[in-house]
Amino acid sequence: MTHTPTGNAGSPDVRRGAGVPVPRGGVPVPPPGGPGPGRRRAWVESAARMRAAATTEPGRLRIIGAGLALLVVAFGAVTAWQVNDRSTAADNVVKHSAPLSATAAEIYRSLADADATVTGGFLVGGLQPKTVSDRYEDDITNASTLIAQAAANSEGSPQAHAQIAALNQQLPKYVELVTAAQTNNRQGLPVGGAYLRYANTQMRKPGGLLSAADKLYQIETDRLGSDYTRAKALPYVSWAVGAVALGALLWAQRRHYRRTNRVFNHGMLAASAASAVVLLWLVAGHTLARNQLEHSDAHGARSMQVLNTARIGVLQARGDENLTLVARGSGDAYEKNFTDGMTSLAGPDPKGVGGVLAQALQLADDSAGSDPVNAAVKSVQTWRGRHTAERKSDKAGDYTTAVAEVIGGKDSSGKDVKDTTGNCFDAVDASLQQAVTQEQKEFKSAADNGRDALAMLPYGAAALAVLAAAGALLGIGRRLSEYR
Amino acid sequence: MAAACTLALLGALVPLRDAPAPITAAQPGPVVRAHYATAHDDSQKCTQPERSLNPDSGTDTGAAIARIRKYGKLRVGVDQNSYLWGFRDPATGDFAGFDIDLVKAIAKDILGDENAVQYLTVPTADRIPDIKAGTVDMVVRTMTINCDRIKDVAFSTAYFTAGQQILTSDNSSITGFDDSLKGKTVCTATGSTGDDKLNEGSHGATVMRVANQLDCLVQLQLGLADAVFTDNALGAGQAAQDPTAHLVGTTVTEEPYGVAMNLADTDLVRRVNRVLNTYRADGSWQRSYHNWLEDVLPGIQPPAPLYK
Repeated sequence: MTHTPTGNAGSPDVRRGAGVPVPRGGVPVPPPGGPGPGRRRAWVESAARMRAAATTEPGRLRIIGAGLALLVVAFGAVTAWQVNDRSTAADNVVKHSAPLSATAAEIYRSLADADATVTGGFLVGGLQPKTVSDRYEDDITNASTLIAQAAANSEGSPQAHAQIAALNQQLPKYVELVTAAQTNNRQGLPVGGAYLRYANTQMRKPGGLLSAADKLYQIETDRLGSDYTRAKALPYVSWAVGAVALGALLWAQRRHYRRTNRVFNHGMLAASAASAVVLLWLVAGHTLARNQLEHSDAHGARSMQVLNTARIGVLQARGDENLTLVARGSGDAYEKNFTDGMTSLAGPDPKGVGGVLAQALQLADDSAGSDPVNAAVKSVQTWRGRHTAERKSDKAGDYTTAVAEVIGGKDSSGKDVKDTTGNCFDAVDASLQQAVTQEQKEFKSAADNGRDALAMLPYGAAALAVLAAAGALLGIGRRLSEYR
Repeated sequence: MAAACTLALLGALVPLRDAPAPITAAQPGPVVRAHYATAHDDSQKCTQPERSLNPDSGTDTGAAIARIRKYGKLRVGVDQNSYLWGFRDPATGDFAGFDIDLVKAIAKDILGDENAVQYLTVPTADRIPDIKAGTVDMVVRTMTINCDRIKDVAFSTAYFTAGQQILTSDNSSITGFDDSLKGKTVCTATGSTGDDKLNEGSHGATVMRVANQLDCLVQLQLGLADAVFTDNALGAGQAAQDPTAHLVGTTVTEEPYGVAMNLADTDLVRRVNRVLNTYRADGSWQRSYHNWLEDVLPGIQPPAPLYK
């Protein structure tokens, strides 16, 4: 079956190749007794060959075939590479940065909890109750374990390492100070209270334990943020190469149609279909992943961050409330800290909602998330009311009642106080814990979905690209065979 | 020896928790004892601010006493943090100390019940405002009588004479408020008399300032400070909490402590002065001194009352 190629007829170069079948090897042979006697240089020769190839239809077909195959394979490779990068980042979110950020938050919380617990124990006359010493021990053990964990998992981040070193160095010192405070307190020596206040200062001062834990948390959260950004970055290169590959396939098929009047070239059709599938999969998969990651980010980084801030605020307020009584008359600074802490936690109005808790309410997107926060808000309001009553008792010289109103026990008239600020504190802490667990759950499932949406895409893109390249080559090959 | 026996007996009878290690003759090595500076350096305008109202110069049962009896309780501003003076025993939750003994004697005289007292904890800075505002009837809180303060409040006759002194560890080379402080770190409470004295001249010492005098003991025990410069009354309280710390050298100032009251409550001032006279004369002062202070601040007699 022969045919006359259309187009390019007016080109002067066509003369030489037109109608002359090219040998099987596909390399056009220069006409015998070719140009002048001078020896040609190699590059001139190969340039001439290329030119010759481009001037014959089989040559052009070969170039088109090679170009299409290359484009399709490039599309597959770029997609696999770009998606793999995003998929790795999404995997990092789930497996590394989010857990590390949670670990840092937990270190922070354990330390603040230890401080609040130990100050509360000081208000109990004589020996500390077992529940208090157990909770303190748990906090310290938990913090040291998590610090070791963070150290093992944060290789390659010098900033994180500096904070972990600070934590490692300061925690034993803090424990020593608390031990000295407790020993002196047991012996009835007021210097015990001074040690406790000093320990608290070491915990809270700039560069102290809480500030190191906070910085570590910020570093890990920033890392989480950058993993999110990497995972959500749009794969522009991949899109562009995909569009070009598809366009080239369409152009080749249109050319084919115009020259042969045959509508379909099966190979090229398959190549187009495979490329289109990859492009669709890429757009749909990554958009889905982005949405899920966006959702997990809202819960992971932002909501949990706010809730963690609230929890730390609650613990510090509790520590301040206890220390006001431990300081026995010189606790005005702690009382001021309490008021300031409560203001940033729940707003200036003791009966209203504001501050960090209001932010947490805004970020909670369903009742499962907002119910525990609402419960925490209510408990904080009760707490502030009871705290005011407790300060009044202390100011009126009724220290015994004030202590009973904070930690429970008998007031000065021998009545058992049940409605303590301690109950409120426990309730707030439990509600916020519940809220964090809820957000953590949502974060986890959304982040998992986001990661899974990308999981198969790199392999699929690679396989389909190979398929598409094969299709394109076969399609072109079929046309070429017509010239033999 | 007899004195030692009495001390031992008292130590056994008095419910003082963790009695401080007695710095007695048994103490090895030379211990520099506290000596009191005898020289007065009163200012020109106001000499002897410790002169108070004579109980025999007017009535001691007037409007203020009537007010207290009507209320049924004596409202006293105290410290909860001065060991040996006014502190809350962590084990029992009760107030105790040298100041508290005096409060009880006053309450017993006015109201017939030594426990008819409402103890109010007043921070140092609030002592004078609280007396002027009438939120407390009196402040018994290691409060120094001085010329500035007598413009705002009325003081009883002096019930104790204290002075700024150096407290240091047993193994220290520091011998007092002198050149042995050179190159050392001395801790004092911000805004205290000790702080003022150190600002005048610190004998080459580095000054560390903390919020509360007791914080200095923490710094001394942690080895971050070499000495503490404070009122010897409070220094004694610190020494009593640490068997390896003691007062050295002499007192640098002379600070008489008095009960502070409202300037208008003249009957109350006379009443308290009368109580103090009895307190000094019938051995109550000496008993309380024995119980709380003698171990760490030995050789002190009750100051004689001075009247206007």
